[in-house]
Amino acid sequence: MIRKLLTYFTFPIIFVWLLVVSYNSSKRKPDSAMELLTDPSWLYDWPKWLDIPLMKWINDGFKVFNEKYGIYFEVINDFLLGAILSLKKFLIVLPWPVVIALVVAIVFFSSGRKLGTTVFVGICTFFIGFLHPKFWDKAIETTSIMIIGILICIIIGIPLGIAMARNNKLRNAILPVLDLMQTIPSFCYLIPGIMLFGLGAVPAIIATVIYAVPPLVRLTDLGITLVDTEVIEAAEAFGASKRQKLLGVQLPLALPNIMQGINQCTMMALAMVVIASMIGTRGLGDEVLLGLQQLNVGKATEAGLAIVLLAIVLDRITQAYGKKIQDRNQPPK
Amino acid sequence: MSKIEINNIYKIFGPNPQQIMPMVKDGASKEQVMEETGHTVGLDNVSLSIEEGEIFVCMGLSGSGKSTLIRHINRLIDPTAGEVLVNNVDVCSLDEKEILEFRKKTMSMVFQRFGLFPHKTIIENVAYGLEIQEVPEDQRHEIAQGQIKAVGLEGFEHQYPAQLSGGMQQRVGLARALATNPEILLMDEAFSALDPLIRSEMQNQLVELQAKLKKTIVFITHDLDESLKLGDHIGILNGGRLVQVGKPEDIILNPADDYVKAFVKDVNRSKVLRARTIMTKLDKFDKSSVNPSSTYKYDEDTYIEDIVPKVLKDRSTIEVIDKEGMTTGFITSDELSVALTKTK
Repeated sequence: MIRKLLTYFTFPIIFVWLLVVSYNSSKRKPDSAMELLTDPSWLYDWPKWLDIPLMKWINDGFKVFNEKYGIYFEVINDFLLGAILSLKKFLIVLPWPVVIALVVAIVFFSSGRKLGTTVFVGICTFFIGFLHPKFWDKAIETTSIMIIGILICIIIGIPLGIAMARNNKLRNAILPVLDLMQTIPSFCYLIPGIMLFGLGAVPAIIATVIYAVPPLVRLTDLGITLVDTEVIEAAEAFGASKRQKLLGVQLPLALPNIMQGINQCTMMALAMVVIASMIGTRGLGDEVLLGLQQLNVGKATEAGLAIVLLAIVLDRITQAYGKKIQDRNQPPK
Repeated sequence: MSKIEINNIYKIFGPNPQQIMPMVKDGASKEQVMEETGHTVGLDNVSLSIEEGEIFVCMGLSGSGKSTLIRHINRLIDPTAGEVLVNNVDVCSLDEKEILEFRKKTMSMVFQRFGLFPHKTIIENVAYGLEIQEVPEDQRHEIAQGQIKAVGLEGFEHQYPAQLSGGMQQRVGLARALATNPEILLMDEAFSALDPLIRSEMQNQLVELQAKLKKTIVFITHDLDESLKLGDHIGILNGGRLVQVGKPEDIILNPADDYVKAFVKDVNRSKVLRARTIMTKLDKFDKSSVNPSSTYKYDEDTYIEDIVPKVLKDRSTIEVIDKEGMTTGFITSDELSVALTKTK
């Protein structure tokens, strides 16, 4: 009973409190509160004092946060930067035919030895450099940022998805956060990213993770929830522990969905990498931006095509692997 | 001591089951509870005892609570009130570790839609229970191979479940359940998803296996013919309540209420009733009218479908004998006509 009353009253109380706070903190409030009664003009135009000082709170909070915890972000920054640089150096040092051969080999085995897909992806990879030689290094730069970003997505996303599938309360708490992450414009978190990590690849990775992790979390959760209840019951009836159930039954059966999530994650990460070029991330997006600034349609299109080719390569690799698992789970009759 | 004893089990589904308990205990019906509180009564004061080595069939229509009941035995579902004793141990008192151990060692389950693992091969599926028990791989595959042979699926070991037909899949389910050598086998509508021919074949296979293995089997079905064919005892559930428990003959001859009557109305009685049940006892039978030349001897466990032609064809009398060959009673066309008449 008391709980019910509390829920009825908390929201109005918080709302009134916010009104009072905004009135008190406003610089443009009327001289006295009595004026509101005598002069009703504030009813026609949105009054200037009726304004939550959210901007000020966030800026102040962020400043304190940055001063206090900046040191930790520097550690993260150094670590991520190190990871990207070493991956990039490794890929750039390799002769380009070797890289193409490597990609072809990966596709061949992950797709379950499908020749058509393999040849197609090989040609796409070749065409990235073929479009313009400098795209090759740029594409590798972009790919290294993405690989690190996707790895972080997997490390965060899959366990989170599993936890959500196990716990309904957690799911209800996380879902709105995922919605927020997907709808909030990327520039909003690019700015704090720059302030915490400086310009360059690291804020791009952070932005990529924020933008690309929700589909992976959702699809992991969905994949596990969709596993046939009777199959789960069968595992339970044989005395499988939670761990045995998860590793032996739920995850393998959710894998096609999880792979779809990783595929979505990859595509979104690629979209983000282009936007991130605006905060000084080098790579293919950087070329598009340059073309835009110089009104060079050809240049922008060339770079855009290169991005599409890269997208195709990455998409085929992740899709083919997911398809292979799905075929194993549901063999043709 | 019974193998499985279920005492006054209640199960209520909904947000606040404990609050609804007094109402259900006072005898409110399933519909009443649903209407007034939005809770579903799954089981309403069910008590049963199941003996070692028998097939106990639990029968009822959809929503009668039979699947809920079977899941209480291995505690896939926790009861709202009441206790379930297996080997005299209260299943509900076991903690998380003990319950896993109990499920591994004591019982296994066969499912309506088979519940096979689509990502595992047949042999891996059959060996799953042993895998959970951490039996080394070569050993568990050896045992699984034996079970696959027992259900007649040799040659399919390395296929995936989706490549098999329904009947074959359920054989895998059966083999998987038997591979851990459990004391108790729970079968949840195990043959309901199969077509009639395959179903009857599977029923025969189960009867054959049971003759060898002598497990305690709890079998759930909505098919009366199936329950009469398999069951040593039958329990009939309606709306979460246990309406009648008894031997197949009891159910046919003395249905407890209209619900059971409606069930047994269309049963082929000659396939269920045995000579022993319908005969007139030796001491009450007037032997003078019997013509010895047209008297045939039949074992008391014979189904009367085997007797009917003899009696009808040449008006003969059946002498019913027990295992030792002693005459225990007689059957003539009079007994037959009474036994085969439908209850109104």
